[in-house]
Amino acid sequence: MIPLSWYLALSAALFCIGLYGVLARRNAIAILMGIELMLNAVNINLVAFWRYVTPELIAGQAFAVIVFAVAASEAAVGLALIISIYRRRHTVAAEDINLMKW
Amino acid sequence: MNPLQLVFLATGGLTLVAALMVVLSPNLIHAALWLILTLAGVAVLFVLLEAGFLAVVQVAVYIDAIAILIIVAVMLTQRAMRPQPQQANRAWPWAALGALLLFLGLAFLLVQVPGVSAGPAPLTASAEATLEELGKSLVDVNRYVIPFEVASVLLLAALIGAIVVAIPPIRGREGGGEG
Repeated sequence: MIPLSWYLALSAALFCIGLYGVLARRNAIAILMGIELMLNAVNINLVAFWRYVTPELIAGQAFAVIVFAVAASEAAVGLALIISIYRRRHTVAAEDINLMKW
Repeated sequence: MNPLQLVFLATGGLTLVAALMVVLSPNLIHAALWLILTLAGVAVLFVLLEAGFLAVVQVAVYIDAIAILIIVAVMLTQRAMRPQPQQANRAWPWAALGALLLFLGLAFLLVQVPGVSAGPAPLTASAEATLEELGKSLVDVNRYVIPFEVASVLLLAALIGAIVVAIPPIRGREGGGEG
């Protein structure tokens, strides 16, 4: 038997690793990878709570499916933006993309 | 320590190590490959949680689509980062401190929640019945049809937006603004 706390601890650790990646990486694609890690941590939490607390309701799985859809759209739009920026400015470093910085 | 716990510990350890390599690896292609390993570990966790459909979706959407998309994007843009091998920005100690503090805060909250050391509740429905229930609940007017429709509109908008954004700039106007 695996206690619920193991899943929650793992998902918290995964979320924090993803947060570090988002905050510390210079490359915009690496930042997107950190966001994917964080979304995965959220999904583990949703499914673990579904399984341990309310297995008779389906809400946890339904919202995990919706998180999948959001993650797919985010990756598609984010990578399209990065490739477009790379074409115009020849860089993918987040601190060089400062056209709108005031 | 029963076999399930051993599987969980092995998978969880592998997932966390792979996730650390994703954020620390100096080579972005290696980071993307470690990301695939992390996503596969999460799929195994879904199987352990008896959510087989989500494990399949994890493989089909994350490993198959998103990871490949990321690898292609890395390959299209990698030349830009080659002169500067340093991948972390100047504020990385603060980022590490913030992430560590967040983890300690979450762990502190975790030990205070009642019932987190309990085992799973028994599953009342079979796997097929659960999957059928999931499909019905997503199109049921009284349940999750609104989030489902919002997600589909979001996917359509993302599809069109990605195409519009990634269209190459029109020749002769390069540097002059939007294509």
